[in-house]
Amino acid sequence: MENLIEIEHLYRYYGKYCAVNDVSFTLAKGEVLGFLGPNGAGKTTTMQMLCGNLAPSSGQIKINGFDLLDQPNKAKRSLGYLPDTPPLYKDLSVQEFLHYCAGLHGIAKNSIAQAIDKAKERCGLADVSHRLIANLSKGFQQRVGIAQAILHNPDIIILDEPTVGLDPIQISEIRALIRELGEDHGIILSTHILSEVQESCSHVQIIHQGRLILSESVAGLNLHMNTGGLQVTTRLAPDASVLLAIPGVIAIETLTDHQIIIHHSVTHDPTKDITETIIAAGWELQELTPVKKSMEDIFMDLTRDSDS
Amino acid sequence: MSMIFTIASREFKSLFLSPLAWTVLAILQCILAYLFLTQIETFTLLQPKLATIEGAPGLTDIVVTPLYSNAGIILLLVTPLLTMRLICEERRNKTLSLLLSAPISNANIIIGKYLGILGLLLLMVFLITLMPLSLLVGGELDAGKLFANLLALLLLVTAFTSTGLFMSTIAGHPTVAAMGTFGILLLLWILDWTTGMKDQRSELFEYLSILRHFQNLQSGLISSVDISYFLLFTATFILLSIRSLDNERLQK
Repeated sequence: MENLIEIEHLYRYYGKYCAVNDVSFTLAKGEVLGFLGPNGAGKTTTMQMLCGNLAPSSGQIKINGFDLLDQPNKAKRSLGYLPDTPPLYKDLSVQEFLHYCAGLHGIAKNSIAQAIDKAKERCGLADVSHRLIANLSKGFQQRVGIAQAILHNPDIIILDEPTVGLDPIQISEIRALIRELGEDHGIILSTHILSEVQESCSHVQIIHQGRLILSESVAGLNLHMNTGGLQVTTRLAPDASVLLAIPGVIAIETLTDHQIIIHHSVTHDPTKDITETIIAAGWELQELTPVKKSMEDIFMDLTRDSDS
Repeated sequence: MSMIFTIASREFKSLFLSPLAWTVLAILQCILAYLFLTQIETFTLLQPKLATIEGAPGLTDIVVTPLYSNAGIILLLVTPLLTMRLICEERRNKTLSLLLSAPISNANIIIGKYLGILGLLLLMVFLITLMPLSLLVGGELDAGKLFANLLALLLLVTAFTSTGLFMSTIAGHPTVAAMGTFGILLLLWILDWTTGMKDQRSELFEYLSILRHFQNLQSGLISSVDISYFLLFTATFILLSIRSLDNERLQK
């Protein structure tokens, strides 16, 4: 598959502070890449560099095969960008604003009206198209920002925290829109809401302190999350060494005298053996709950690991 | 090229969305009309005396030239206010990224912005020129001299606007941009005032002075030195603006 974005060894320094440290990745058509990271991790900096708003200290960015530094205009032609603050001219109406954006992106005169109508329809802006942007609510302003990014039907859409300030219904609409767009575009979206990544992305990257610490498909990540364990409560204190001997059990974590968490492998599920052992030993099983690792846990683990 | 036009026309239209452009146009027109009328009053008083003198200054010298000089001074005050928001406001409202991520080179952004604001100033010059043209109803004008004045004022506003644009590109706040523009322009305006003192003449200062070149052109002496001064002046500040917008990407 042809790569829409190729980034190699990207660095960005602010003075001595290194905001982006050796980031390399690719994005192919039909992928929705979720960019995760705590505040100040370098998400926005990376996106700004991708869109030509910020020059990288070193490294190479290729968009649709065009180097962003050597052929910026050709590269930018296939980009749609929504920054963290939507770039809106508050004294224009939605229609005027989108018309201006269409001009900036060099849409042919005879297809401007059609492009604007399509973007408005996709973002649910048809009813407000003649209102001033200044008078719109935050959610609608965000939608105008998204409309601006998809207006010229770019191959790559880069959205910096697209669902901030939206109500739950709008959020699910926007996520649906992202999934729909993801079918025939490449999308990068940054967020710190983990469930958003699970819902709308096909790939996920976690960035922390400027470094890429995880690059994985969401399906792969889901597999990670299922390695977990069983929370077991018994009336009498169980003997950990007996349980450890059961094939498939990796570790045992003691919460209280009567409550333990048994970590086991995914491939070999020892649940049946465990229950049988406990009953046979007469510890009186009271509760047996599978524990799933959430994306939050993985995120916390990874960011904590790289801190230490 | 069409992108330049897109930016320029948006800039021009946006000026009229706020009361600023309308206010400036109204006030400028009011003040200059008043000065114009006083000048005509003076001329009608002097006319009987002038008729007896051989080679006396005519209508154009007494009415038109002072009008354009005054217009130059008022535009010196007004231009910084009009140009201060050009790039500065975009940066503050975070709308600059819309332009930077669009497939437009920085040179086109700057030239588009420049032409947009220049449009308003050209409109002002046009409205000012209507005043002397109204004299044609009852008198005769020296067309050559009128043209020289018009050319001088046009070149003056192109230079003023480019300075304003540059200051707006580097300043973090519109007020700072306005003060900076006004400072530079006023300094260059008064630069050759030292000439009169103690017979000291500095050729460099004389060459740098905007006023000197403006007055040369106004007197009807259209020399390539003066024209190229203004063109170089404008080109320098536009190039500096483009450079400074390029630098925007490098650091923050």
